[in-house]
Amino acid sequence: MINPKAKLNPKLFDEDVEKFPIRNGFGEGILIAGETDSNVVVLCADLTESTRSDGFAKKFPERFFELGVAEQNMATVAAGLGVSGKIPYITSYATFSPGRNWEQIRTTIAYNDSNVKVAGHHAGISVGPDGATHQAVEDIATMRVMANMKVFVPCDSIEARKVTVASAKIWGPVYLRYAREGTPVVTTNESKFIPGKAEIFWESKKPQVVIIACGTLVHSALLAAKKLEKEKIGVIVVNNHTIKPLDEKTILDVVKKTGAVVTAEEHQVIGGLGGAISELLAKNMPTPQEFVGLQGVFGESGKPEELMEKYGMGVRDIISAVHKVIKRK
Amino acid sequence: MEPLHEKKLKHLEEVANRVREGIVDMLFEAGSGHSAGPLGMADIFTAMYFHVLNHDPKKPNWPERDRLVLSNGHICPVQYVAMAYAGYFPIDELSTLRKLNTRLQGHPHRGALPGIETTSGPLGSGLSQAIGMALASKLDKKKNRIYCMLSDGEHEEGNHWEAVMFAGKNKLSNLTAVIDRNNIQIDGDTESVMPLESLRDKYESFRWNVIDVDGHNIERFVDAVFEAKAIYERPTVIIAHTIPGKGVSFMEKDYKWHGKPPNKEEAREALSELRTLGRRIKSEHE
Repeated sequence: MINPKAKLNPKLFDEDVEKFPIRNGFGEGILIAGETDSNVVVLCADLTESTRSDGFAKKFPERFFELGVAEQNMATVAAGLGVSGKIPYITSYATFSPGRNWEQIRTTIAYNDSNVKVAGHHAGISVGPDGATHQAVEDIATMRVMANMKVFVPCDSIEARKVTVASAKIWGPVYLRYAREGTPVVTTNESKFIPGKAEIFWESKKPQVVIIACGTLVHSALLAAKKLEKEKIGVIVVNNHTIKPLDEKTILDVVKKTGAVVTAEEHQVIGGLGGAISELLAKNMPTPQEFVGLQGVFGESGKPEELMEKYGMGVRDIISAVHKVIKRK
Repeated sequence: MEPLHEKKLKHLEEVANRVREGIVDMLFEAGSGHSAGPLGMADIFTAMYFHVLNHDPKKPNWPERDRLVLSNGHICPVQYVAMAYAGYFPIDELSTLRKLNTRLQGHPHRGALPGIETTSGPLGSGLSQAIGMALASKLDKKKNRIYCMLSDGEHEEGNHWEAVMFAGKNKLSNLTAVIDRNNIQIDGDTESVMPLESLRDKYESFRWNVIDVDGHNIERFVDAVFEAKAIYERPTVIIAHTIPGKGVSFMEKDYKWHGKPPNKEEAREALSELRTLGRRIKSEHE
């Protein structure tokens, strides 16, 4: 059952649950961060509206910089601002930033320990009709591997707002991952959000498997949990919004309880959330694990929900991963 | 920055020669590293650290300081020697270049050594970072100036031209870029590897103020820096025409010295030449 302490959206299982793009939370959060701290600045590479930076640009024009289609310059200009007392947010689609400018982020932001926040938008294949060129499915891996970098993947627009506001107060390089499409609202304003702390959203009485999810797949994981309950399969669902640093204690606790893990993410199954969890478990508590995510292929054009089904990231896929991992126990 | 008197100029020229000696010493000691670029930029780095920069080596984090951003990090030996002589850290430490646990990384790292404004090595990203610093100074209404030292070869990087475009658009007059125009890169002459000329026309078309100088004429270089300070509405680039390996005759204008250090015999020969000012005086070391 839903963990009452998580104070989730009571309508989250309804057909007409409200859906908002996760990126909207960036737009709201960056305004709050900008009002709270006058050192917050935003850099954009010709995608001001679709990254939801337009509100900030309008309200704080002197602290908004348009760089044109130049993601490498955006990252490195931000690096200079970040070592000069500013808190720059660089915004673009995640395939371009942190995709195209990966080395600049590595050298001038991460190694340089510059106080830059990388906001990667349109992450995952749910970007839809734009096709695989615009679907970032490697960004968690490429950011997670960098020393000094912290990585956050919010599960809905409310959590996206909270993580955006929180990130301004976290010193140093941070990667924030936002999805484009309308995503069911899972959390509420009252839900706890603590950077670095994984939250239990669902816990059955006798859980046999823990589903650890992030981003858009948190809602799908909860839908799966509800269906599995009817089959009398108890699970725990963890919202793991902080990929790095990983909340090792919470994860090891729930894995100990269940002895089987399914990870679910809108990302390649290599190097992302699933990779992070398996690294932790290999070191501390080797446990059977199934990986829901993109299985080493590129996406394509299509409607978001069609793509999620075709590429193995639907509710059905989470359920079959649970069945599979139970057999491996 | 005060005007440059004759006595000060003479002093700077002497310091520049000592900087060259320091570069040869430390590169020989390290056993790897770049020779030609650092020697070619010895006059300019001396001018920067001993005359141009408004800085305090004892307070490397002073917020109002001028910033010197080294974009082509591989010539850091010249920066390290100039910084040590200026008082940022003990001169003895120069012998630790490129060795385990050193603060003098093979390519400079901001976190390692106070006074290094940014980490560099991968080319083409320094000007953007200097731009970020210039924007921050403008937002904070600071009067300090940002200097960015560039190589010519790194003008082949796309990132650099993104930065050039952006600085022109934003009229960053508190930013001065200095190009070490020595015409060499690892694979040969820049104009055969990838022609860069006309650098002047390129920068002017991106709305920069352009000044060409002899990079070994400290007086002329300081004049150019003064001129840059007087130009509003545009960033300035000083194209400093230098001789790679300057001061060591067998290294001068030979691209093979771009990326290697002298061996024992070569180092002795180079130091002897520097200490005798090109054999014009008798060395007391011989």
